[in-house]
Amino acid sequence: MAGVPVYRGSFGPAQAERLLWRGGFGPRPGEAGRLAGRGLGQAVLSLTRPPVERLTGPAPTDDKHFPIAPYDASGHDHLWWLDRMVRTNRPLVERMTLVWHDWFATSNQGVGSQRLMLDQNALLRRHALGSFRDLVHDITSDPAMLQWLNGNKNTKSSPNENYGRELMELFALGADRGAYTEVDVREQARALTGWRSQRVKGVGPTNFRYEPKLHDDGTKTIFGKSGNYGWQDSARLVVEHPLHASFFVGKLWSYFIPTPPPPATRHALEKMYQHSYAVRPVLEAILQHPALYTGPRMVKPPAVFAAGMLRALGRSIQTTQWFRLAPASGQRLFYPPNVAGWDETRWLDTATFRGRWFLAALLVNGAASSSAAGPEKLVDRALVYWNHSAVTKATRSVLVKFARTGLARGHSAAEIETALRQLVATSPDLQTA
Amino acid sequence: MPRHACSCNDFSRTELLRRAAAEAGRGLPSIEPGMPIPAGTGLSRRSFIARSAGLALAVYGGAGLSGRFLDEGIARAASAKGSPVLLSVFMEGGWDSLSVLYPGGDSRYYALRPKLALPASSGLGFSEDQRLHWHPSAGALATLHGEGKVAVIPGIGYDHPDKSHFTSRHYWEVGATDAHLQTGWLGRFLDANGTADNPLQGVSLDSRLQPALATARVPVASLDGPDRYGFAPPNGAKFPLEDDMLAAVAQLGAAHANAKDSALRQAADASAQAHRLRRSLSPLAAGVTSPVQYPEAQKDDFPRRLAGLAAMLAAGLPLKCVAMRAPGMYDTHSDQAADLSDGLKLTADSLLAFQRDLEARGLADRVLVHVWSEFGRRAKENGSLGTDHGAAGLGFLIGSQVRGSMIGEFPGLDQLDDQGNLRPTADFRGIYSAIFEQWFDTEAARVIPNAGAFARPKILK
Repeated sequence: MAGVPVYRGSFGPAQAERLLWRGGFGPRPGEAGRLAGRGLGQAVLSLTRPPVERLTGPAPTDDKHFPIAPYDASGHDHLWWLDRMVRTNRPLVERMTLVWHDWFATSNQGVGSQRLMLDQNALLRRHALGSFRDLVHDITSDPAMLQWLNGNKNTKSSPNENYGRELMELFALGADRGAYTEVDVREQARALTGWRSQRVKGVGPTNFRYEPKLHDDGTKTIFGKSGNYGWQDSARLVVEHPLHASFFVGKLWSYFIPTPPPPATRHALEKMYQHSYAVRPVLEAILQHPALYTGPRMVKPPAVFAAGMLRALGRSIQTTQWFRLAPASGQRLFYPPNVAGWDETRWLDTATFRGRWFLAALLVNGAASSSAAGPEKLVDRALVYWNHSAVTKATRSVLVKFARTGLARGHSAAEIETALRQLVATSPDLQTA
Repeated sequence: MPRHACSCNDFSRTELLRRAAAEAGRGLPSIEPGMPIPAGTGLSRRSFIARSAGLALAVYGGAGLSGRFLDEGIARAASAKGSPVLLSVFMEGGWDSLSVLYPGGDSRYYALRPKLALPASSGLGFSEDQRLHWHPSAGALATLHGEGKVAVIPGIGYDHPDKSHFTSRHYWEVGATDAHLQTGWLGRFLDANGTADNPLQGVSLDSRLQPALATARVPVASLDGPDRYGFAPPNGAKFPLEDDMLAAVAQLGAAHANAKDSALRQAADASAQAHRLRRSLSPLAAGVTSPVQYPEAQKDDFPRRLAGLAAMLAAGLPLKCVAMRAPGMYDTHSDQAADLSDGLKLTADSLLAFQRDLEARGLADRVLVHVWSEFGRRAKENGSLGTDHGAAGLGFLIGSQVRGSMIGEFPGLDQLDDQGNLRPTADFRGIYSAIFEQWFDTEAARVIPNAGAFARPKILK
């Protein structure tokens, strides 16, 4: 990986923990220590070259202990995917699936079919660590996407620009970079014509197909090149565009590291990606980069926060509250706010803090030790509960004071311990990683 | 993003100012039932004459607070009691101005919209321009217009329009055609004119913060409604120590308020403001009663949130800028007719109910409503029974103080730009500047880049 620096500092449990939060959903008990023992390089490879998928722990259920119905029951789509994030042994695959869901943000609000959304989810997972070029090709003909951005309404006689524009602006090239013009938008729309579907009562949109007679087979000029382009060409031309690699690298990097890549790193990553379109090597370089370990923290996305708590406790999903509370926390899976995805710079505000508070409250009821203990000890117990060894001094001192006041007022140790678990989970320390 | 350092001291100031504001104008200093004195904070009630405001007020003040601080603070809060409030309502997706106020009197309209055009007879005529008609679902807006409470802006936009939702919306949100500006136009106004101790000065009535309210310095809040900010979990743990826990949340916020790490700071801000907001809203926690009927909406929060907003203003909470999303999704590339009409009807009916609510509560002169969308839509329909992204669109200013006449003129279907879109006849930055200067009585140039370049219409009576 010529030109991309690799982190050379100590790789202990703290660094392994950060890697697991950025490249997954946080550690299970003992996982950070084990990973640290393997060293940075092997640790990263264990994520990027994962074993065959194995889900550990009980399958998800609703509140009555019935199995979930992800294709059919409202909200169970969210439960299904959150469960996968919790129980998987391939956390980076799930995390990258979440990255692609944000990148090619499709909302069931506009699709109206959990089946199509879950099919798209499988597509994103299939390409989690693969070729971005193949991903763009497949997503362009994906039924949920065709429905979401009106590709199925785009015909020779009445072109619809929606997908063609977002393909360039949001998926592959970026706005305001001089990569394309309004003429390119219109010509892309023409190249993408020909998809159709039907809406069947009780089923929703179905029977997606390409009909050559609806395709505009005239000559189109896209990025200054002319040809009788079709949808495959649209998908190909955007990734072959000279400004695509820089867009791709900058965007992918931003999901893992909050500060922009140093110019030399950026350049090297672009070279690595160019022509191969391979995601995995770029990811391996990012996950080993010093900026991931020495740079600032990131706010955990709400779904990562939720899955992380369940992983830390070794619990599985047993209530539909996980999807009911998701919108208030700021991230209902399969319902990104719009085609640009979630705003990763503003996860936390007064409303979403409250949503996360409720998510944590689903999990703090685990048996509290009733034995008497002093304030320091009670705080330690709350940290151990979350599989979290240390918090900042500033946080600890607030927690200890809370415990001391609570004891002085005659509250039981169990009551205080439950409250401390809640405060730990929602503290600035654990909202970020 | 707010980066304000919070401390308990700040909290008691907020509380103090809020109470002062709540009680100003009621004639006599009094403690309202349901306004608890913050337990254990050592605050005590005392009467106070705010010299600069010339008002007698009751405040709750710790003994350590200086008279000067109280004087200034109360003057500020007292003026907040009658101070202007702006509500910004976003029609997400780029609404079709040629449907909402459609040129049913222009034959070109029927040529451009063979399938989507509404017959001239379906909508009420627009008294200020014979060509235009109100969409049948916008009857409530026509009613308010008839009362002289709506300024219609039939061609609002900007030069070199961007067709991207995100770019164009961003321009509107930051108040400049600048892709890199990080603070919102209302956020910068609050940074310049707000205080470091009042998250309610900028309220996003939404599940998320509306970017127009993004500040660099002062706190703002995001909430679902004044009666929806409790912390008792709907399911799961019960917290007998809830009050103490939220106080600890605020302390955790304060402890990291000056952290070098911006993610920690974001989490700290959210914690600190969550606590403040919960305390400030406690008088309304039990529920909101409205003097008027709002539209029933099973699946949409807009009417309920507007009712909550009126109640917050009636309770004297120190709000300045409020941002919301309207019901509906206006990115109508296909099957436009039904999608547009449902959202539009609920939006218009709710805004009418809100106006009636404010009138019933005697607050109507304090509120200006600004309705906007990131762009209009292409004049020619697209063949999927929808329309693609356009340029100039439609905006409204609504309120008892609004000068009820058109700002700019309808651009006309005979003068479309080279992409077949309406040309702007008013610039959104000119409207923003007019709002700052005429409504908030402050300098627009402090907030809107290059403000001098944009013509200001007269927006008030």
